[in-house]
Amino acid sequence: MSDTQNEKREWPLYEVFVRGKRGLNHVHVGSLHAADDQMALTHARDLYTRRNEGVSIWVVRSEHIAASTRDEKDPFFAPSADKVYRHPTFYDIPDDVPHI
Amino acid sequence: MSTAHAAASPDSDAVQELESQFDATIARDQRIEPRDWMPEGYRKTLVRQIAQHAHSEIIGMQPEGEWITRAPSLRRKSILFAKVQDEAGHGLYLYSAAETLGIDRAELTQRLLEGRQKYSSIFNYPTPSFADVGVIGWFVDGAAICNQVPLCRSSYGPYARAMVRICKEESFHQRQGYELLLTMMRGTREQREMVQDAVDRWWWASLMMFGPPDDDSPNSAQSMAWKIKRHSNDELRQRFVDMTVPQAAKLGVTLPDPELRWNEERGHHDYGTPDYSELKRVISGDGPCNAERMERRRAAHEEGAWVREAASAHAAKQAARARAEAAA
Ligand SMILES: [Fe+2]
Ligand SMILES: [Fe+2]
Repeated sequence: MSDTQNEKREWPLYEVFVRGKRGLNHVHVGSLHAADDQMALTHARDLYTRRNEGVSIWVVRSEHIAASTRDEKDPFFAPSADKVYRHPTFYDIPDDVPHI
Repeated sequence: MSTAHAAASPDSDAVQELESQFDATIARDQRIEPRDWMPEGYRKTLVRQIAQHAHSEIIGMQPEGEWITRAPSLRRKSILFAKVQDEAGHGLYLYSAAETLGIDRAELTQRLLEGRQKYSSIFNYPTPSFADVGVIGWFVDGAAICNQVPLCRSSYGPYARAMVRICKEESFHQRQGYELLLTMMRGTREQREMVQDAVDRWWWASLMMFGPPDDDSPNSAQSMAWKIKRHSNDELRQRFVDMTVPQAAKLGVTLPDPELRWNEERGHHDYGTPDYSELKRVISGDGPCNAERMERRRAAHEEGAWVREAASAHAAKQAARARAEAAA
């Protein structure tokens, strides 16, 4: 792609993830447009952390995110649906056994 | 994520199945998310509403922004700067939400600039005095809070989440406005008159921010069935009146409505009817500042073009250099 074509194109879309404070995961907060990664980080700071909402920011080009299909009943999630033995409540333990 | 897709419709049975799933999600009071199937009308309504809301935040920077360079103290200037910057942020949160519906942000800007999409009528009124900054915070941001708090439970996830963010910030907007007015009311007689004058000019326009009366609001019923909207225009207007009357009394100003009085039976204030023909006029482009606002928005967009292009050119150059270094 030539430079001129590139200039005419809109800035790409980035998804923004913010770590609210130490000990928490980064959480998706929204998106923004920026010319490159550095500008995306600066814009993310200005847009999503004007009041100390974050201690760390990740930005990633939206087009780089792979997602599962939209359907909640997607068979993709089926492997987790029928394995009740993965949950602690599946196991009967007598009441008088302590700390378990 | 911002990767919405229009659902292909293989056959009508499948569409009916999708539609009933959609209806069930709404009925369970759960959120619709970007990649879910949704009826085209739902998507269109949301795009229109969210875009209009975003445009309002962006255009809404202008009336108050005019006072940044003329604020009477550094304290007021800093506050006003932060407030106007928040409104820019609100616009961007909302454009971000709109984009999850598969529409491009540049396209929305284009629609605004071409006058194909609207923004709130309230921003077409002038701000000739500094008291207007206070009254906008008190009335306009106050009315926005009434409108927006229920939208935090709107059925479309990204819109609801944007509203949560926005509502957190609006409270500062309303309070700084009211505090500004309290300060002026403790000042000279001239200052008190400025406040009353601003109240007189903004009251009815603020009531009209809630839109036309319920019996003249054709799209409301569908929006409420979809749970995009949670309360009718008149309900929200009433809430705003009830909230504002005691605040006006504390401030020591008169709201310019001779019919305004407490109605014991209803448990609400009765109030006069706004001039809705004025609302129609202002929405259709014939308000005191419509041309000026659009002109300013267009100029800002055009004057910013070289910055957008330079940043893109810089990014392309950096990327090319990185590729060359990797190859070497
Ligand atoms: Fe706002
Ligand atoms: Fe505001």
